[in-house]
Amino acid sequence: MTADGPISETAEVEPEELVGKDAPAQPHFRPTRADEPLTPAPAPAGAAAAEARLGVSVKLEKLRAFYGAAEQVKGIDLDFNANEVTAIIGPSGCGKSTMVRCINRMHEEIPGAHAEGRVLLDGHDVYDASVDVVAVRRAIGMVFQKPNPFPTMSVYDNVAAGLRLSSRGRGDLHVKVEAALRSAGLWDEVSDRLTEPGAGLSGGQQQRLCIARSLAVEPEVILMDEPCSALDPIATLKIEELIDQLKRRVTIVIVTHNMQQAARVADRTAFMLGGELVEVGATQEIFTNPSDPRTEEYVTGKFG
Amino acid sequence: MSSQSPPSPPSRELSRFAVSPARKRKDRLARGVVLACTVLALIPLLLIVYYLLRKGLSSWSISFFTTDPTGNTFFKSSSIGGIKSAILGTIEIVALASLIAVPTGVAIAVWLVEYGKSSWFASLVRFFVDVLTGVPSILFGLFIYIVLIIGTGSTYAAYKGSLALSLLMLPVVIRSAEVILLLVPGALRESALALGAPRWRVIFSVVLPTALPGMVTGVLLAIARAAGETAPLLFTAAATLKTNFNLGQFMNSLPVQIYSDVTSPTTAVVNRAWGAALTLVVMILLLNLIARLVSRRSRLA
Repeated sequence: MTADGPISETAEVEPEELVGKDAPAQPHFRPTRADEPLTPAPAPAGAAAAEARLGVSVKLEKLRAFYGAAEQVKGIDLDFNANEVTAIIGPSGCGKSTMVRCINRMHEEIPGAHAEGRVLLDGHDVYDASVDVVAVRRAIGMVFQKPNPFPTMSVYDNVAAGLRLSSRGRGDLHVKVEAALRSAGLWDEVSDRLTEPGAGLSGGQQQRLCIARSLAVEPEVILMDEPCSALDPIATLKIEELIDQLKRRVTIVIVTHNMQQAARVADRTAFMLGGELVEVGATQEIFTNPSDPRTEEYVTGKFG
Repeated sequence: MSSQSPPSPPSRELSRFAVSPARKRKDRLARGVVLACTVLALIPLLLIVYYLLRKGLSSWSISFFTTDPTGNTFFKSSSIGGIKSAILGTIEIVALASLIAVPTGVAIAVWLVEYGKSSWFASLVRFFVDVLTGVPSILFGLFIYIVLIIGTGSTYAAYKGSLALSLLMLPVVIRSAEVILLLVPGALRESALALGAPRWRVIFSVVLPTALPGMVTGVLLAIARAAGETAPLLFTAAATLKTNFNLGQFMNSLPVQIYSDVTSPTTAVVNRAWGAALTLVVMILLLNLIARLVSRRSRLA
């Protein structure tokens, strides 16, 4: 269940080719991939390598985010490599969540909020005037701090909702729902209670249900905004194991308050302070040998 | 935990935290006042139900529900007829009014909560809705009378009564639906939007189903209010004796029937008013029960 090095190594190479190949000025985010099976049939090659790699790179260029006139994110340049887990750490109010919410353009849903700069998803700027924000959000899944399954829907419908709401419900809905639940490591626990309300599951199961819901849409990137802060250690461990498996398929950005969590799950870690990016690098590096004294103070617990 | 356990030294310790007699007295006084107010409010309610049952039940009979009023009010009580046309008229008029006011009201509430938010136009709409809530019901009747009866030179019709009632219901539906829609957690909208759902789909598939049970209550409140209104119907739908299924003609209704019966000098006719009043209350009660059952079931599904 733990990450094996080679996978993340190879992952760094592949996206570069992808960007090159798929980079034409079409800002629609791969509508063709909608019909790809979520979990492809066992491919000829080795087990792990056979999984579809939907993950793409995300690149922030001079990203600034505002609430009204207040600038919360003050010009960030940051790369998220494809099929890697990048953790964002930093004290409360440093703009971690705001920055992440800019990536799938959820930030602008808050009245009076807007963002400036560029967010390149696989080379396409999601803030380009021609971009359909709905298509962006289909390509970028999001898991929130508190598990929030739709209260009126059953376990099954919650996962199917991802497909139905984005008009991808045609065809093999059952197959897709089961595949998403399996990918979220939830199938064995809920296969006999698919018709029960999603809100009846435990907190950890609900959060994995939310992960399954976003996986069903087959995103290329998943943003996780403190996904474990409302969960107990056992449920947290399950989510972390899940993250480790999911990065083979998607690019993951995880905001966390928990530095041990960042150290456990992330390939790279970025440290933010006061709306600015202080430092980003390999997780090992950030925690053992940071180049900025503020990073060192934060990771050693001197403040924050 | 048991009552005899504390030995002497701890009991002195406990007294530091004991409630003072003055606080106890104040507490008892405040509780007494609150309870008295509750009882006071219940008394008229119980009296209404009591009188309705005592006076209304005696006039209930099979023929009370199955015959139209005869308009014959000066002779034997057996010849005055029942309230069939009034019951059916109320159902028809209120059903049409709900058909107009509920979808419109919910749509306006959705716009206010999901789109208008705190824009100047939304604030203006909210202000007018509040003003509309306070408008006396007779004014809605007058408005329809002036516009659709005097204005068009035509005469009374059931659908004009429905329009007057729908105007009356509209602000109640809008305000209650808006409050309920605001209660739907923003996190649900966010997670649906983040899945790549267009906004209209988020509203129809997530927001409205979540708000449904609460909205049913507001809608019922509006229907109950409309069903009991006399004033907007007096000079819009008027009154007639015969049962009528044509919404373009005069139509009888329970409140108007009660209004005209209660001013009659004949005891039997006044008693019919009591019977009709009890019928109206029971009808609204039944509607409440049915709607609650339906909304409870839909929530689980």
